Amino acid sequence: MIDVKTITKRYNGTVVVDGVSLSLPAGGVISLIGPNGAGKSTLLSIVSRLLPMTSGTVEIDGLDVTTTPGEVLARRLSILRQDNQIMSRLTVEDLVAFGRYPHSKGRLTDDDRGHIRNALRYLDLEPLAGRFLDELSGGQRQRAFIAMVLCQDTEYILLDEPLNNLDVKHAVAMMKLFRRTADEFGKTIVLVLHDINFASCYSDRIVAMRDGRVVHQGPPEVIITPDVIRDVYGVEAQVMENGGQRIALYYQ
Amino acid sequence: MKPLPIATLPIAAFGIGLLAVWSLFVGVSDVSLAALFGGAPDQATQVLLVSRLPRTLALILAGAAMAVSGLLLQMLVRNRFVEPSTAGTAESAIFGMMMVSLLAPEMPVFGRMAVASLCALAGTGLFLAILRQVPLRSPLVVPLVGIMLGGVITAMTEFVAYRQDLIQSVRGWETGDFSAILLGRYELLWLSAALTGVAYLAADRFTVAGMGRDVATNLGIDHRKVMALGLVIVSMTTAAVIATCGMIPFLGLIVPNVVSLVRGDNMRGSLPWVALMGAGLVLACDIAGRLVIHPYEVPIGTMMGVIGSALFLYLLLRRNGHAG
Repeated sequence: MIDVKTITKRYNGTVVVDGVSLSLPAGGVISLIGPNGAGKSTLLSIVSRLLPMTSGTVEIDGLDVTTTPGEVLARRLSILRQDNQIMSRLTVEDLVAFGRYPHSKGRLTDDDRGHIRNALRYLDLEPLAGRFLDELSGGQRQRAFIAMVLCQDTEYILLDEPLNNLDVKHAVAMMKLFRRTADEFGKTIVLVLHDINFASCYSDRIVAMRDGRVVHQGPPEVIITPDVIRDVYGVEAQVMENGGQRIALYYQ
Repeated sequence: MKPLPIATLPIAAFGIGLLAVWSLFVGVSDVSLAALFGGAPDQATQVLLVSRLPRTLALILAGAAMAVSGLLLQMLVRNRFVEPSTAGTAESAIFGMMMVSLLAPEMPVFGRMAVASLCALAGTGLFLAILRQVPLRSPLVVPLVGIMLGGVITAMTEFVAYRQDLIQSVRGWETGDFSAILLGRYELLWLSAALTGVAYLAADRFTVAGMGRDVATNLGIDHRKVMALGLVIVSMTTAAVIATCGMIPFLGLIVPNVVSLVRGDNMRGSLPWVALMGAGLVLACDIAGRLVIHPYEVPIGTMMGVIGSALFLYLLLRRNGHAG
């Protein structure tokens, strides 16, 4: 369980996250949505100890993220931020293998190699395994980073806009993969998403933020409604039901 | 492009072994197989053991250590164009050497090196602190900041050295030269070899640190500790090399960049290459310096300056599209 208690983050007097309390049970896909500047990425970074909070606490299965040793947390929680400016010339396979570092400390066992092979296969990266990262397209590189994080094989997987740079085919494949990882392996996947329809179709739970606060949360049928969308984004939307899935139309 | 297979490493090592053997037999005094086993064996053996062998070992150790220092700095600063002489490290070490000569001229060489290491660490720390304050619009700004900082420190060094009549010594540290290396005057370099070994043991951690603080934290690595370890290794290595033979410019820049192109940046795989190629380039430059105006010598600092700047320009233009 991820237990967030009254987190506040201030930058020189500007409040970015404003007293957020949130309790996310283990298992399933959880999407964080909201307009630009709502504090979604900041909240995700604080939960994953990449950013210190101004006040409040975060516990992962009872472990306080600010005091638990980094290597212990690295076996339980993984995080991928949205712009990964990596200048290193690493091959895709090397990068994915570094996902095993918290477990193997660089000495790969057969078990580790199995995880690496699976991650490469799930993300359709086998043909690119020996290529250097700086020779890939943005979408291919994004898939390589996600493979690294999945290879880390943690209970909690936090991803900030994982669909960045992906075409429609790979975006759908990625969301299906997250769904499958949650269903088959019981993982908890927390995503920051911009596309509310992906959130609607693949999440168990949606958390909507605005102005640094959580304003709505619940299953897709509660969140994907014209009223909630108007409240969160300030746009008028029509919601259609299609085969049990709710799709919001807000293009006009 | 796929990384070069590991099997080519022994071949490269053999080539550099040949260079090292050649280095033993190049010089004014006659050291040849004929001299060693024929005419005047005592004198030839003496020259070989007291001068040629230490010089060759010093070249290998200093070359490997400086190239690896450049690689480490590039990983830690996450910029392709930094090395000890473009990050304020070398200039600060020279400042430390000069201050010791001025204030405690009797200090043994190990103490001198320790003071120079501390100064190098402080100078590199200052460089990193400045980088945090400067908005970085281009990767090329990073080495420019380092070169300017180095310029300021050098100005301070030379101001004091000029007044205290120490300019000669300062020039000696600034320009690498192996002609004065004798048995008993190069052993400090074994320390840099040991530090290079430590860097190899921590290679995975440095590679992860090179992916940035967030990725390192995600993988459970204490980024600050890795940073500190790397800076200590770079500072001590640079100080040991400067105290022994003087600064070898460009080495830490060119070798890691060339190796990165063919072998990638996974340090566990690339560090042995960087060390080997660093040793090889220094050996080649020193041998060339001994041959071009025989029986005189061109110091290696000058040779590297000429060859290195040309190679550096090539790398700069080649990488222009995606610098950094």
